[in-house]
Amino acid sequence: MSNAPTLVGQQSNSLREAFGSALSECANTDPTILVLDADVAGGTGAHHFRSQHRQRFIQCGIAEQNMVGVAAGLAISGYKPFVTTFATFMLRGFEQIRLSVAYSNKNVKLVASHPGLDVGPDGASAQCIEDIACMRSLPGMVVLSPCDAWEVRAATKALVNYSGPAYMRTGRSPCPNVFTEEPEFTIGKGYELHYGNDITILSCGVMTHRALSAAQELMTEGISVRVIHLPTIKPIDENMIIKAAQETSALISCEDHNVIGGLGSAIAEVLAENPSAPLFRMGLNDVIGRSGEPDELAAFYGLDTPSIKEKARQVIKKVNKHEQ
Amino acid sequence: MTPTELIAQKVRKNIIWSIYHAKSGHPGGSLSCSDIMTILFHKVMSAPRTKNRLSEDSFILSKGHAAPTLYAAAATKGLLTTAELKTLRSINSPLQGHPDVKHLPWVDVSTGSLGQGFSVAVGIAKGLQLKNSSNRVFTLLGDGELQEGQVWEAAMFSGHHGLSQLTAIVDYNKLQSDASNSEICNLEPLMDKWQSFGWQVINIDGHDHQQLLAALLADNASSQPKVLIAHTIKGKGIDFMENMPLWHGSVTLSEQQYIDAMTSLGCSSTELEEYQNV
Repeated sequence: MSNAPTLVGQQSNSLREAFGSALSECANTDPTILVLDADVAGGTGAHHFRSQHRQRFIQCGIAEQNMVGVAAGLAISGYKPFVTTFATFMLRGFEQIRLSVAYSNKNVKLVASHPGLDVGPDGASAQCIEDIACMRSLPGMVVLSPCDAWEVRAATKALVNYSGPAYMRTGRSPCPNVFTEEPEFTIGKGYELHYGNDITILSCGVMTHRALSAAQELMTEGISVRVIHLPTIKPIDENMIIKAAQETSALISCEDHNVIGGLGSAIAEVLAENPSAPLFRMGLNDVIGRSGEPDELAAFYGLDTPSIKEKARQVIKKVNKHEQ
Repeated sequence: MTPTELIAQKVRKNIIWSIYHAKSGHPGGSLSCSDIMTILFHKVMSAPRTKNRLSEDSFILSKGHAAPTLYAAAATKGLLTTAELKTLRSINSPLQGHPDVKHLPWVDVSTGSLGQGFSVAVGIAKGLQLKNSSNRVFTLLGDGELQEGQVWEAAMFSGHHGLSQLTAIVDYNKLQSDASNSEICNLEPLMDKWQSFGWQVINIDGHDHQQLLAALLADNASSQPKVLIAHTIKGKGIDFMENMPLWHGSVTLSEQQYIDAMTSLGCSSTELEEYQNV
């Protein structure tokens, strides 16, 4: 049984493909790893696991609520189940995630592809811009959003070794590499990827490569931008955020998600109790998406590199005016 | 009364005792499944190999609002004391309003949102199948619970995967929170529904211990999960509660209602005093 080849991601550097192949490798040495799928394995990267570990690939059909509960039961039986589907459909099982996984503290990993505008032409119904907000609100839930294929590999390994409920966003579209090799990855840790001392951009997921490009290009304008990549949105690296707020004059958060409830909100919560610098949030401004190529959509909704650069210039102006 | 009927009656007394002290809880649907849980715990499920466990087999109470029955029956297995039953639903009690895995070591998953426990039981059964284990999984569902879509997702999955380690029991007392099943959203033809999802179906009187035992001990058909449609009476054992939707829950029992209920269950004045002295 194989899915139509058009469903299988062709790009080796998409986050979903990196997840599927990394987990499949982990399963070579860990016989307790299982993958649960709701008939979208070709789209989530889980097809790598299916082809290598047929007996440990559990097809649940298009029934996400049951899939989440079955995963909790498999965890009780001593397995490490990875529930895979699109981010939007993961929310279909949200209440099951709440009670059977989070409240029951089960060692279930939820890995979702197709988050945000990165989904592209499938349009708004499939572009999940609420998953981070939802998952972050669950007591005990770890929330990850790595930025490139290398980091997804590292994060997948970290999830295998972590015991407890966790959610990870991958991505659908080909994504430029931020790292040149597999980086160190610790759940809960932020990473300063570009040093700067005027302002700080904090990002996760596919926004990180855009933030880095913006920072590099802004150097030519004499603007020194620090880029902090926060692949763990919960528990968030408070110290790194506070330090950036003390050492730079303003912060900008960037995420492919609604500005309500996601990375920007998580950072705002830290800054509300440690107010050293203002925060400006970039993301979907409480609107839903539309069809289009990911890069077109990023430009349309003001989430591409030029938009980040423009935001940085505005923020610098605003802060300087305030200081005068 | 047979020895197991006496235990089931004790379970019912424990239920009333704990709900009376909690001043809230669901007596109707707790009383209807007392015989089922008594037979499961005392005659069907294997003995545990470690302390603080119910069994080597698994039991998931998918109709989590029948928590008082779970606790009352666990007390007859020595997992809880009568004094602990008195703490039902209070702030420092392990006996939460619905079963909570964080408070009780012998509960496998928190339940209380209908349909969810069933899927978890299905997952445990899938795990046993992967391990080629001979252990079994039992799960108890309410009839109103069957209106949840998740139940039929799980039923379809179980039939497709041939989970022969799995036995589901439907506490078919015909009443749900507001009115009868047939008024709210009809379940019939129920046997046909389960059969068409690939299940072996057994229709029984859920208060008849012989029938319960025979149906639960019978080997599952090869590669098929099994479901017992257990016809029961909501509020079973207490004349003024039987078949009355009012006692679904969450209700407060007055002192007189408590005494009347205990008397209806055949509680002598000495036994009543024993409870009082706890």
